[in-house]
Amino acid sequence: MANAPILEMRGITKRFPGVVALSDVSMTVTRGEIHAICGENGAGKSTLMKVLSGVYPYGTYEGEIIYEGEEVRFSDTKQSESAGIAIIHQELALIPQLSITENLFLGNEISRFGTIDWVASQKRARELLDLVGLHEDPDALIRTLGVGKQQLVEIAKALHKDVKLLILDEPTAALNEAESQHLLDLLTGFKASGMTAILISHKLNEVQRVADSITIIRDGKTVETLDVTAGGVDEDRIIRGMVGRSLESRFPQRTPRIGETFFEVRNWTVQHPVDPDRLVCKDESFYVRRGEIVGFAGLMGAGRTELAMSVFGRSYGTYLGGEIIKDGRPIQITNVHEAIENGMGYVSEDRKTLGLNLLDTVKRATVSARLEKISRAGVVDELKEYQIAEEYRQALRIKANSVDEGVSKLSGGNQQKVVLAKWMFTDPELLILDEPTRGIDVGAKYEIYNIINQLAAQGKGIVLISSELPELLGMSDRIYTIFEGQITNVLPAEQADPESLMVSMTSTRRTRQAA
Amino acid sequence: MSKFSDGMRTLTGGRGLSQYSMIIALVAIILVFEIWTGGYTLDPTNVINMVQQYSYILILAIGMVMLIIAGHIDLSVGSVAAFVGIVVAQSMAVWHLPAGLAMLLGLVVGALVGAWQGFWVAYVRVPAFIVTLAGQLIFRGANQVVGNSTAVPTPDSYNWIGNGFLPDFGPDFGYSNPTLILGLVVIAALIWKEVHDRRKRVRMGASPQPVWVSVVRLVLLCGITIFATFLFATGRVGTSFPIVGIIAGVLILVYSFVTSSTVFGRHIYAVGGNASAAVLSGVKSRGVNFLLMMNMSILAAVAGMVFVGNAQASGPFDGTGWELDAIAAVFVGGAAIFGGVGTVAGSIIGAFVMAFLANGLSLLGLDASWVSIIRGLVLLAAVAFDVYNKTQGRPSIIGLLLGGFRRKKPNITEEAIQAQPQGLEKPSGDQVDKVPLS
Repeated sequence: MANAPILEMRGITKRFPGVVALSDVSMTVTRGEIHAICGENGAGKSTLMKVLSGVYPYGTYEGEIIYEGEEVRFSDTKQSESAGIAIIHQELALIPQLSITENLFLGNEISRFGTIDWVASQKRARELLDLVGLHEDPDALIRTLGVGKQQLVEIAKALHKDVKLLILDEPTAALNEAESQHLLDLLTGFKASGMTAILISHKLNEVQRVADSITIIRDGKTVETLDVTAGGVDEDRIIRGMVGRSLESRFPQRTPRIGETFFEVRNWTVQHPVDPDRLVCKDESFYVRRGEIVGFAGLMGAGRTELAMSVFGRSYGTYLGGEIIKDGRPIQITNVHEAIENGMGYVSEDRKTLGLNLLDTVKRATVSARLEKISRAGVVDELKEYQIAEEYRQALRIKANSVDEGVSKLSGGNQQKVVLAKWMFTDPELLILDEPTRGIDVGAKYEIYNIINQLAAQGKGIVLISSELPELLGMSDRIYTIFEGQITNVLPAEQADPESLMVSMTSTRRTRQAA
Repeated sequence: MSKFSDGMRTLTGGRGLSQYSMIIALVAIILVFEIWTGGYTLDPTNVINMVQQYSYILILAIGMVMLIIAGHIDLSVGSVAAFVGIVVAQSMAVWHLPAGLAMLLGLVVGALVGAWQGFWVAYVRVPAFIVTLAGQLIFRGANQVVGNSTAVPTPDSYNWIGNGFLPDFGPDFGYSNPTLILGLVVIAALIWKEVHDRRKRVRMGASPQPVWVSVVRLVLLCGITIFATFLFATGRVGTSFPIVGIIAGVLILVYSFVTSSTVFGRHIYAVGGNASAAVLSGVKSRGVNFLLMMNMSILAAVAGMVFVGNAQASGPFDGTGWELDAIAAVFVGGAAIFGGVGTVAGSIIGAFVMAFLANGLSLLGLDASWVSIIRGLVLLAAVAFDVYNKTQGRPSIIGLLLGGFRRKKPNITEEAIQAQPQGLEKPSGDQVDKVPLS
């Protein structure tokens, strides 16, 4: 039964308006193997799996999918499910208020004459839980379980549907070491009993351990498929495949003029807001100098945003310890207002949910983080508001008919410029930029890079968080790497390269270059 | 867009159809009832009665719109008003407090009630819907405890705030002199404001509005003012502009200014529009929520005291259903169900719509139950209209009036952004759990 492919995807191309997400991607999955897909954030891994599972129905992509020897054309996920393909997404699709049993059979209830057969359900639930090695009362509510156990419930749910091909999207991202271990053992066990699995993971050590073959995707294209069983594939080999593109001159020139250290965070420790067993920042320390652009590299879930937001007025998680030192003196910042008063600014990762009030006009949004600056006795000076907004509109070349235009009508790049204007108006000394170019087209990106460089040239300290390694390498003076809530390394940009960064982003081991 | 339609848009304050259509609806309602009741709707006596009878809706709508903009609601205003009313009445009947002191006491009690509700909403984070539902029960009960479930009459020295008029003076022209003066002051203020706004726009370097827009707007507003002035000035002898009208008017002016031009006002819209973004911009959302709840109860206290004055007694069933009147006025006046949108001016128009409907229908001799049904349908229609507008992308007034050929372009940029490959991993790079920010 080995060697016969269960799945072949040929020449898959998926376009979105203005973007080609997948371009002529092909991959072959052999029956009974664990097949890993690796690639940077945004390489197109999840898109490929959505094409496979019918989230993007037949007709919205090009290419063909051969499954169990026949071409399949799924028009929704129900069809792929009944064909035996189950996908377990990063965000779990369980209902927290319902019990394990209820969740397991949601939509597939075991019923007799229209009423649920609880006896049969319970019995089947116990069988399934045994299969995944989860020893919990089937009546337990999902919300009483940790993420790791919830993940197992998801897998049990898939098993109930008689799955032949199990797809796991970043299954261990939120799990601790022991839970990850259990899950991977489980996968190996399923493999022995003939199931095929596709594993998407950023944790290359895990991939290396359990996968039989690895398909590497980069920028929406298949780069290569590595046969792990043949030997000779290690993490470095995978990383080379993932990042092996050249750095084009996509970044404006800049001569850094770096001053003294003015902002320092020491031993920063933060607990997850709901799960007290998880630390999202573990004893992290870093510093920023005037005029310096400091990059933060890390994979999804590594804790970059958590670090940034918790430093910015403790707006994320529960603060456990650590201090902020500004200009040589420790300062207490317990809310966002104080953070802004102490010269900090934070351009959030998600401008639509955290960065902007989409009901605002351009001018209202521009001044919204520091209204005091243009008001007297609590009354806003609308003339000044207009003038300032107009100034920024011209300086940042925000494409809006006027500053009275609603921000919801602007394109992503222009919205991002408005957010930048809003924080520039607060006149920060330290500006944290969290994925400032996400979802923005190339031209607007270049303009935003220019703005960032100008801010640095004015002597502001910039923290640049990005998932795109070329961006970090092209823009930063110094780069910290974060892995699982810990700072694993710091490199001057000229000594860093994608491979060395990726190593520190995927494990706590240090690279050779690190002095 | 033609010049004309741009002009029309500025004429309506740039808010488009929603508010503008409410003004049209209001005028239509008034005209229909004017004809239907044989000219009685706009009879001075009726209008004066209406102001005295329904001013509580105006006062409550001011506080309610601010709460609704911030994404909350207050179901307890009727009970709070009744509770404050009975406390004030009892303080005069039992402790023989002078009227002025009793009113002050009423405001203090309102503030304390508001602080109580604000505490639960802002600091314990119980939804305002629940806190004020509890408040509705609590303060209705408290009213009956304080008043022994009976009506308590109030002295004339107090009733003046509910049923009094501007005192007359000077030579008798057959009109009420103070009302005429008030009318003149309003017209002068309107002209000054129009000139001031034009100057401001020019200084902002914005394209100067066509002069006809200013003229049309001024003529309309002054016309209405003159008409209203004569209505109030020609009532039966001894009447003029009601005191409650002055109270409501001053509150409307003050709160319009607060919501549109102050830092606090901006924070209300920020919290309602996107609470997380507001917190990350340094807005202290708890403080905003607390003050808004407190403010609502103080305004409910004012409404309650005015109502008691007009009724000349405080009873156990005062204020029943007021919360619905106020909420209806706010939504009819163009506020959005999900917060972030709404104006004091709009809500006042909404309040007028609801008041004229109730008044007109009862003048026609329609049974109270039918009045209730019709007002319910009007509220439903108004909000359905708002929801429809949202899903269509707000149409322009002109677009709609001229046959609606121009459909809004779908916002393709947004879809394109979501479709970008990096967005597909989940819009965010790091999995930040969705937790409330404050």
